Order: sequence, then C-alpha cells, then structure tokens
Amino acid sequence: MKFSESWLRTFVNPPLSTDELAEAVTLCGVDVENIEPDLDDRVLTLKPTPNRGDCLSLVGIAREVAAVTGAPFIQPDIKTARATITDRLSVALDAPQACPRYCGRLVKGVNAGAATPEWMVRRLTCSGIRPISALVDITNYVMLELGQPLHAFDAAKLDGGIRVRYAKAGEKLTLLNAISPLLTPAYLVIADESKAVALAGIMGGLDTSVSDATRDVFLESAFFSPETIAGKSRLLNFSSDSSYRFERGVDFAGTLAALERATQLVIEIGGGSAGPVTEARATLPSREPVRLRLARIERLLGIKLDGIQVGDILRRLRFEFSAVEGEFRVTPPSFRFDIAIEEDLIEELARIHGYDQIPATVPASSPTMLAVPEGRRELAAFRKLLVARDYQEIVSYSFVDSAWEADLAGNTVPVALANPIASQMSVMRSTLAGGLLNCLVYNVSRKQARARLFEVGRCFMTEASGSYRQPLRIGGISYGDARHEQWGLKGRPGDFYDIKSDVEALLAPLAGEFRPAEHPALHPGKSAQILLGDMTVGWIGELHPRWQRKYDLPLPPVLFELDFDAISRRELPAYKETSIFQPVRRDIAAEVDEGVSYQAILEGLRREQPAIVAEIGLFDIYRGTGVEKGKKSLAFRVLLQDTRKTLTVAEVESAISQLRRILQQQFNATFR
Amino acid sequence: MQDVDAIVKEALAAFAGADDADKLEQVKARYLGKAGALTQLLKGLSKLPAAERPAFGSRVNAAKEALEAAIVERRALIQARKLEARLTEETLDVTLPGRGLGVGGLHPVTRTLERIEALFRSMGFEVADGPEIETDYYNFTALNQPENHPARSMHDTFYLADGKHLLRTHTSPIQIRYLEAHRPPVKIIAPGRVYRVDSDATHSPMFHQVEGLWVDEHITFSDLKGVLTELLRKFFERNDLKVRFRPSFFPFTEPSAEIDMSFGDGWLEMGGAGMVHPNVLRNVNIDSDKYQGFAFGLGPDRLAMLRYGVNDLRLFFENDLRFLRQFN
Repeated sequence: MKFSESWLRTFVNPPLSTDELAEAVTLCGVDVENIEPDLDDRVLTLKPTPNRGDCLSLVGIAREVAAVTGAPFIQPDIKTARATITDRLSVALDAPQACPRYCGRLVKGVNAGAATPEWMVRRLTCSGIRPISALVDITNYVMLELGQPLHAFDAAKLDGGIRVRYAKAGEKLTLLNAISPLLTPAYLVIADESKAVALAGIMGGLDTSVSDATRDVFLESAFFSPETIAGKSRLLNFSSDSSYRFERGVDFAGTLAALERATQLVIEIGGGSAGPVTEARATLPSREPVRLRLARIERLLGIKLDGIQVGDILRRLRFEFSAVEGEFRVTPPSFRFDIAIEEDLIEELARIHGYDQIPATVPASSPTMLAVPEGRRELAAFRKLLVARDYQEIVSYSFVDSAWEADLAGNTVPVALANPIASQMSVMRSTLAGGLLNCLVYNVSRKQARARLFEVGRCFMTEASGSYRQPLRIGGISYGDARHEQWGLKGRPGDFYDIKSDVEALLAPLAGEFRPAEHPALHPGKSAQILLGDMTVGWIGELHPRWQRKYDLPLPPVLFELDFDAISRRELPAYKETSIFQPVRRDIAAEVDEGVSYQAILEGLRREQPAIVAEIGLFDIYRGTGVEKGKKSLAFRVLLQDTRKTLTVAEVESAISQLRRILQQQFNATFR
Repeated sequence: MQDVDAIVKEALAAFAGADDADKLEQVKARYLGKAGALTQLLKGLSKLPAAERPAFGSRVNAAKEALEAAIVERRALIQARKLEARLTEETLDVTLPGRGLGVGGLHPVTRTLERIEALFRSMGFEVADGPEIETDYYNFTALNQPENHPARSMHDTFYLADGKHLLRTHTSPIQIRYLEAHRPPVKIIAPGRVYRVDSDATHSPMFHQVEGLWVDEHITFSDLKGVLTELLRKFFERNDLKVRFRPSFFPFTEPSAEIDMSFGDGWLEMGGAGMVHPNVLRNVNIDSDKYQGFAFGLGPDRLAMLRYGVNDLRLFFENDLRFLRQFN
C-alpha cells in the first residue's frame, strides 16, 4: 500500500515528523517498509499483514494512525448526491451469502473524456496507479481513499438489470486484462439479463467497460464475502487490487458511502445527472461480542492492564464494549475481520499499549533433566567423527536433477515437484550421491585435486501406499589421494578400503557385513551393500566408470551412504571378566583361489573353530613370486586362549591343525 | 717412594687423554690391571723391609682408590658427552608439519545450529524432528491456516506432482506432530530444512529454520521476550544487543511478533514468534483454557550470516571448499 504523506494527513495529522510517524505505526504492527521523497511530499509504502484488510485504504490507515498516536481522525466529507433523474437498474442477489449487499446507480450524460484533475493524477501516481481515464481513475481513487473497490459499467452496453449469481459452467467472459478464464460455478459473476459482465470482486468485463465515448455509466459498489474471493487469484493466476481487498475483508458498512463518494466525483469532473441508488441487501456478516477478561490479559501477556487502560485502547480502536467487574464484552467494528476470540483482543491491547512495555522475563519452571538415551548415538557424534577423519560437511539442495536420480539411483520415477524453480531442481533426491558428486565436480573444476565431503540429510522415496519414506542419511564421497599431499608420505590414491575404514569407524562398535552387490552408481566389482544383522543399512563403492566419464572426473571417487536411524542404535556395554592367562599367537599362511572372499573364509573358520580360538585376524595378503597365478596367499593371525588355565603345546597344535583342516577342506587351501 | 706419586700423576694425565670408553678401559689396565704399574708396586711390597711395608702399602692403596675414583668420574664424563653428541645429532626440525590424516570441518549452518541447540538444551529444551514432505493439513490447516487463507500467499509453496503433498514451508508442522504425541508441559526446538519458491541474494529455495515451542500452564508473552532476548544475546555473546518485538501476524500465534535485533544502528529481522493460537491447541486436543505457551521460528542461515559476516545466503548452498574451510 503506497500513498503520499500529505494525502494521509488530510485524514489524521499527528504532531510527528514522517520518521516518527512511521516508527510509531511500525511498532504497532503495520510495517512502514519504505519512505521516499517526492517533490515536497513523501511517498510511504506500508505492508499491512494479511489479517489487516482494513489498512488497505487511506481512511483505514488514518484510523490506525489515530489509534496509535491519539490524534483525531478526520472523517471524509461525503455528501449524498441528489437524484435528478429517475432511471435505475434492478439488482437481484441470487447468491446472498457471497454478495449480501450491492449498491448501484446510473449517472447519465457524463463527459467520459474529461481530464482527470491534476491533484487526483498525482495521488494515484504516488500510489503506483497509472491514470487511464476520468471514470476509471475515480473508481481507483475511491478504492484507495475508502478501501471499497468499485466498478463502472458503460450502461449502454448492459442488457437490462443486474443479477449477482454464480457463473454457469463454460460461460464466456473476457476480462479487462483480455484474459478469458474458464468459468465454473465456483466463480461469482455480475450479469445482466443476457450475459456475465464482470467477475465479481475481481475484474470487470471488457465488453461492458467504459471508454471516452461512454455517456451513461452504471456505478457498482458491493460487498463480496472474503470466502467467495479467497483462492480465486491462485486459480486465475493473477490478482487484482479489488480481489486483494475483498479476500482480506472490505467494510460492509461503507458500501453506500463509497458509491456516493464516486458519484460526487463523477459529477464534479464529468458532469451528468445521477439516478437514485438501487440497493439490494441480504444478511450481512455479524459482529458477535467477544469476551475479554482482565485476568486473562495478565495470564497471557505477563503484565497487568487495568480497566481504564483497556477501555481507552478499545475506544481508540473504535471497538464498542461494555464492562462488568473486570470482564468486557467487545464488539469489533465492521471494518475489522480479524477479531473473533479473546486472544485477538489481547493482541490489540498489547500492540497499542506497546510490546516494548512488556518486560522480558525468564519463566519460573520446574527443572527437569533431559533424557540422554545411551542406546542411541547422536547425529552430532557421527558428524564429529567424519570431521576428525578429514571430511568436510556440505549442505546441498534436497531437490535435484532428474538425471542424477536416473544415473545414480536407477530411479526413473522420482518424487517430482509440481512447480520446480528450475528443471535441474525438479525432483526430490532418493540418495545423497547426486549432491555429493555435483559438489565434488564443482570443486574439482575449481582446481581442488583432492576432496572428502559428507552430507547429512533426508532422502525421499514413494511407498507402495502412496505415502513417502523420508529417512535421514549420512553420505560421503572421497576423491584423490588417501591423505593430503605432505612430506614424508608417498602419495597414494585413496581407494575402496580407505573409505571402508571410515564406514567401519561410523558403524563401530557394531561390525557391518559388506556384501558384494551392484548399485546403479557404482563399479560392479567395487561395490558392496552394508548390512547390520539382516538389515541393509547402506552401501559403499567406487563410482562407475560410465559416470566418471559423464561427470568429467579425472579420477574415480569412492562414495558411501548410511541410514542414520539404523546405525545409531548401540548396545550397552556388559562387562566380562578378562582372562589372567596369556594368549598364544600362531600364524597360518593359506593359499587360496582369488575368487574366495575373506569374509567367506572367516565365517567358515568361525563356524567350526575350537573353543580356545579367541581371535582370527588378517595381517597380510600376498600375490606374486612363489604364489601360483590366480591365487593369493592370506596370512592369518590366530590368538588362542583358555580362560581357566595355561594352554599346553598339544592343545595349541591341535587347534591350529583343526583350522588348517577347515581351510583345506572348505576352501581348497594349500600351505607352505 | 717418588714412584707412587709419579705414577698417579702420569695415570691421571692418561685418563684425561682418554676420550672414549674403550680407550679409558685400556688406560685403566695400564695402571690398575694385573700387570698395571700400581699392581706391580704392590707386588714389590714383599721386597721392602717389614717396617716400611704398612706405610707403603697404605700409600699404594690410597693411590689406587684415587685412580679408581678418577676413572668413575671420567667414565661418567665420557658418557655424558656421548649422550650430548647423540642428542645433538638426533635433533628434529620440529617446525615441519605433522604427518598423517588432516581434519575436515562442519558446515557453518550446522555449526550455528549446534550452538543454538546447546543454548536451548541448557534451558531444558528437547530437540525434535519431523518430515520435510508434508501434507497440507500439518503445514497449514492444523496451524489455523485453512485453504484459501490469504496468509498462505506469504509462503510460496512447492507442491508435489501428486497434488496432495508439499514441501514444508516452515518447521511449524513439528509443533503439531509433537503435540499430537506429547502432552504439556512441552518444551522443544526443532531445527531443519524448509522450502519456498524464492531465489535471490537473501532468499534461497531451500533454507533452515529453528522452531521453538514451550507450552505449559503459565508461559506468557513476557517469557517469550525473555527467552528469545537471552538466546540472541548468548548466541552473539553480546549483552548490549538490543532485541525488539514488533506486532505482526501469523495464523498460528496470537498475539504475534516479529523479532528484530540491533547491534547499534538499524534493525535486523530475525524471525517470528507469538503465543500459540488456541485453535492450534484445540486441533491437537489440548485444553486451551488450561494450557498456553509460545512458539517461535528463527533463521539459522541469517544468524550464521550475521555471526560470520557472510553477505550472500547462496554461498551456504554452493559448497565451495574455499568458502566452507573458513569455518573449520
């Protein structure tokens, strides 16, 4: 809402400078967004909140200024035009709930080509409204002044009386902005006897609009209920000054006054003779009294206001009230659409009294200790661990390019947005891989030779039921050398196993199973599913060479992704007595086929291992001289221990032989 | 008799000339060994007249003790010098960088959120969470914003193609979800990503919010002012920070306020707040006559920008490592 300060001061003129006035109004809830000088005047831009439709006019803002500053509000002087002709149009309200009040009148013999007076042009221009013609300018001017949207029809183009009704499906109407919306019975229209002539409360029709040739004009001032107009601009994809006001609430007591004001200006500027007003009325919105208790004010705000203070503020706001023993019954005025409950009134009291008059206190509350569940690890702990392991956190958009989803998740039916901001941000991610890869590419193209990145965020998947699964995931990507370039360490590209150790650290104290599995994003021979027990909790692997080429990366990065919820659980430690007997170590070097996995051997050994075998670990893998091609030599460390006695040599040898037998029988291992 | 003194003198000179442990042992043998000079003197004792023997014997023994003491001393000296030489040789350039794995860092917004969480936790607030794909009910209707409410145009909403869901435009739906599952007293904050159709230097289509909610029997607007003023002062570590509450409108709070903050000149908008609207409590079956409370929404991205002097919101989501590493 833009307007010139001098115009406002014709309705209320507090002894305050522009800045003081702006500050006072802002601090009471109507934000003065901008003040710019305009010759010897200033243009104020106010941004009333959506509940304050009453502040979308000069008179409304003047009332607010008067309430805030205590300066008197000067009512505009509106004279009733004398009817000098008897011509009139009938008005029928077919939808009395949507339009319970409609005032109209004919003014005949108008010079529509008359020039709009300079003072009106200036005020309209300051308010950002382009002058068009005297009749249109007058309707706009009255709307700005009083908040009542008006419409002027060329009476010669109307076919008989006015009917306010719902549109018929498929009915034709071309609006002033040349748009012909697809009409349905959801829209209210103004119609004459043969056709729709205006979209009620939104915009007039082109065919019946006024022009310089117009001689006889039919002026409309009506009240359309907020519910009727609300939501229509979203359907139509445009909003008008009129619909903006009606959906927020227009003063239904001012309908006639606005028509008189417009008539007065039409005759003043364009001459002509006014006919009598035709007014059709149904049940107007009611204003029920709202209870307001002094005790409740104190309970909600934390400050005491006495009856005198409350009465004073209510009067300033033009609320009618009665009061009995600390309890008020308050009836809001017809221009307020935002006062329905006690809290609404308390806000009014608070803002006029001043939010700054309410002290800042710290509530007295019973101190409750927060629960600290030990069975779960916090997200922050995972973040810290990754940071300590040289990963940099990123935050990327949750909506991504659909190509990333197809490439990296094999997801051809991603969760799509209806109104994306750009095509490369059109679908919701089902994996963090896209954002990580994109960020890596961004930084590699900016000369970063090495990067280790992670992100924590939700991913989105459609369930069979049509609802969405939105798990929180932790994902990482590692590119370039295993360590940053440094003296004394030979540079070596980070590989699957380097990143696997990061994943293992995240899972610890749990030990995950890494099962060979294909993944659309990953190299089929260098990728694994990660399981905890029977549950898949994530995946890890090297980027597929196909995507490495497509995303133009000189080296293949390794990626991982884990489900936070699944990996955050942990068991409470339960102490077991440690053995006082020293363990015995024996090593076994077994040569097996390349295709035999370490995990398979470990599981095979564990299934049948003698009770005294306490631990089996791998300490070397050897290929080359002395080992047959297609084979590998695995060196195992075996720790043996008995909790109750020292082991004898015979017991140790027997256990080792048993392990060797398993290796030989199940994995065709040879020994040297 | 002259012999003993001469031998001692000569031996001491020889010891002093021995500059490593081996040489010292050789020299020692020359005087104190089986064929050493002093040993020889003692062997000649029997040739002396009986009356002179005790005196001579004790002189030689005294000389022997003196030489042995001198050797111990010399040995210690040689060892000390040797250690010193070794230490000098082993000196490192301690200014060389350490070897091994480097350290990464948190995103500046995470860092900010962690501080906010820590501050609220210290006041007994729990941290809650909720989905980012929401229904119209949780994002709007339950928050007293029925369909076609003009306030909905304050949020330019991303809708899903299914026509039924949307991306949450604020973290306020968590209020509803939490209150459906918990009865008052309720004291939570809920940080998270939110989405609006908007993009320029101060708006990003995705950004963060921290929702706060405290519902109990006697939580007042005055308490809201107290808690948020304290939070901002503690966050910026400045007690001279000015915090202002300006009347505003949100469908889910009544009274509502904008929170403004000032370091001295000019006011900065930090978020919105207010007393939970009775309709919101009613929507989750909480007796609004008995319980009341406040809710607020803060912008952690903006807090991070002000705290660290970042002038463009988009930098947070561009993820340039040269930018991110400045916050490690």
